[in-house]
Amino acid sequence: MTIDFRLALAKDLVIALEQGNEAEADNILDKIAGQKENELFQQVGQLTRQLHDAMAGFSLDSKIASMTENDIPDAKERLQYVITMTEQAANQTLNAVEELLPVSKTLNDQAGELSEKWERFLDREMPFEEFKSMSAEITKHFSQSKGSLLEIQNGLNDILMAQGFQDITGQIIKRVIDLVQELEVSMVELISLSGGAKAEEAKAKELELPGPAIPGMDDKSGDVAANQDDVDDLLSSLGF
Amino acid sequence: MKILVVDDFSTMRRIVKNLLRDLGFTNTVEADDGKTALPILEAGGIDFLVTDWNMPGMTGIDLLKAVRADPNLVDLPVLMVTAEAKREQIIMAAQAGVNGYVIKPFTAATLKEKIEKIFERIDG
Repeated sequence: MTIDFRLALAKDLVIALEQGNEAEADNILDKIAGQKENELFQQVGQLTRQLHDAMAGFSLDSKIASMTENDIPDAKERLQYVITMTEQAANQTLNAVEELLPVSKTLNDQAGELSEKWERFLDREMPFEEFKSMSAEITKHFSQSKGSLLEIQNGLNDILMAQGFQDITGQIIKRVIDLVQELEVSMVELISLSGGAKAEEAKAKELELPGPAIPGMDDKSGDVAANQDDVDDLLSSLGF
Repeated sequence: MKILVVDDFSTMRRIVKNLLRDLGFTNTVEADDGKTALPILEAGGIDFLVTDWNMPGMTGIDLLKAVRADPNLVDLPVLMVTAEAKREQIIMAAQAGVNGYVIKPFTAATLKEKIEKIFERIDG
């Protein structure tokens, strides 16, 4: 309400009162009060809106807070678990391989030795005494093979079972990806709520060691060797 | 021929050790980063170094630089086996004096080829 307008209303009020026109005086008083009320309502409206935004911001705040407090440490643990599981699987596989390689080598050596003798027997170049000892060796080889092959089968099963980590770690990683996405959405909402200030394009801090290049992500800029051939080409261009 | 395998992941050390054994190199020792590797190298008797790059404590590139700065180790052949695949990193390793560079994941054939190439060059 401008001063002129209020002054005009006040003058009208004085005139109406002097003239004894009560109806007109009441009318003017209502007008003045009404104007004041309007202004008050506007203010209350504005405050309500601010309160609403603040509440929304607060609920987002607490959402992010709960994410930082619970979900992110949880995700870290989950990822740690992925490391543990993959390490276990790798060790289980390596154990089996390390156990089985000598077993298969022994079998291979025995078979090679016996087949050589067998050839000589077929060519009738083997004296009877040697034939007798070869028969005993063959019998021994068969019984040993049975045990060794069973061992190999069990080891292969162990290797098979060790691959079960893939399913579980895949699920865990997927959950962590979902969490990261959720966090991203909340952050964007929060930024748009806080006055819609444009987030400064924070330049991603380049890690000192980028680590494994993920195909389709890290190799876009062309400054990453996609495979060993790329590495070899680069090195040979440097005179290696 | 005594080989030192340096990697912070024990599984990767095992894989490399098994592949080396398959190639006829049975005498291997292990270290989990540059810090633990350096005293082993300084103690002498290591003929070949296979190292990862990204390790806590002391990285493979720092280990390589330390090796090249040591008059007793300056000629030690070094093979880097790492997931670091950026061109600038490969160039950095080359400039630091690496003898071979294999990126993970790698195959047994690749490792064999690089190792043989390194020894060919030394013998030749």
